[in-house]
Amino acid sequence: MALPIGPTVGVLADNLRRRGSVLPVPAGAVTRWAGGLGLPAGGETVLYTGSMYQLIPYIAAMGRAQERLAESWMARFAGLGRAANRIVNVSAFMARPTSAARAQYERTLANIARLLGDAGIEFGYLYEAELYSGALAYDLGLDEVLQAHARKVYDTLKSHGVRRLITVDPHTTNMLRSVYPKLIPGYDLEVESYLEVLAKADRGSVTAGGLEVVVHDSCVYARYEKVVEEPRRLLRAAGFRVAEPDFAGKLTWCCGGPVESLYPRKALEGASRRLGQLAAVSHRIVTMCPICLVNLRRVAPAGVQVNDISDYLAGAAGRGE
Amino acid sequence: MGTTVTGQSKGTPSMARVDAGLAGRVGGSTGFDAAACMNCGTCTAACPMGLEVLPRRLFRFVMLGMEDGVRESTEAIYSCLLCRMCEESCPAGVPIAENVRSLRRYLNREVFRISAGRPEARPPRGDA
Repeated sequence: MALPIGPTVGVLADNLRRRGSVLPVPAGAVTRWAGGLGLPAGGETVLYTGSMYQLIPYIAAMGRAQERLAESWMARFAGLGRAANRIVNVSAFMARPTSAARAQYERTLANIARLLGDAGIEFGYLYEAELYSGALAYDLGLDEVLQAHARKVYDTLKSHGVRRLITVDPHTTNMLRSVYPKLIPGYDLEVESYLEVLAKADRGSVTAGGLEVVVHDSCVYARYEKVVEEPRRLLRAAGFRVAEPDFAGKLTWCCGGPVESLYPRKALEGASRRLGQLAAVSHRIVTMCPICLVNLRRVAPAGVQVNDISDYLAGAAGRGE
Repeated sequence: MGTTVTGQSKGTPSMARVDAGLAGRVGGSTGFDAAACMNCGTCTAACPMGLEVLPRRLFRFVMLGMEDGVRESTEAIYSCLLCRMCEESCPAGVPIAENVRSLRRYLNREVFRISAGRPEARPPRGDA
């Protein structure tokens, strides 16, 4: 059983329109990862997280709550839940991850910032001024709500004098590089994934000692944004042996994560299929998208490690926390 | 306005309501682009979700103006991963994921009444 589509999509739309994110979380939870890194506020080039890694533990907690709700008598009153959510942030009560879960994803972002710093890239961070890109709203076809939100994001970036964005996940990269230009006339921001930036900097050192890893390509990076070679080049430069699963690169097999918000069980079934393909090649799995990461981790048995590429790279460089 | 046509399904006469303006309403300003689809089934074979109805049969519903078929496919429409594995394999270059997004936009607006910020007024007749 799944929650009714209309009220669930409606809550996500209402949240984006009224609260600036499909799943509003406290500002402190979004920026905490940058604590102690000394990143300058703003600048022409900024690291843009789009809140994706920070949202993932909340989305995972929400998915579990949705599963419980879908099995209960309360599912029949999902429409009332949407009405209540307009007044009170109901989704914030439903999604409360553990501090350990939050810390994992905060560590990933800190690793990305350190890798960029080590490569000599100068960048700032917008802290509380940074906004969610609206990626889930786009996927769900909430174009009218997204249009207004995208304009708000763009105006915020322009008001801070930003000209270049370094993104950390495929969905935010796709939104800011390929979707926003269709929504905003005159859109003029330069957007690159940190993987592309690091691959061009090419300052990796061989330290991983030939450990074998298997790469799970993100559908959005590989098929939407044509980012395929960069992660492999970075892993090899760091000393990893890169193995390929069945369905790799442009023909990568989706982890199932994109349907998590509406069909958590289907997302898990998809993740199990993909994990089987990956684990057949290596027990060290590399992801490059927070949605892939959380979805594959949920089905990984003991002995199979699923980690973000930044954690592998930072670990090889002796920079991982 | 819709037109009624007769057909044959499993030996039982059936009637389908068709609406010549459906594709235009689904596509909106960007258009619904499935005219090149040859109904070859490569997309269905490549789908990681194993969604039988998507996309070729679903696109036929839109092109033929069979709104009931679209509404009855609501769960399949929202189950699509938008992963573009089907597009990578499509010999006709149909923008399948964008068409699915158009269908979601249509259902959000026409069935769930989301774009106007109101709760849904009319539940889908399908499996939602």
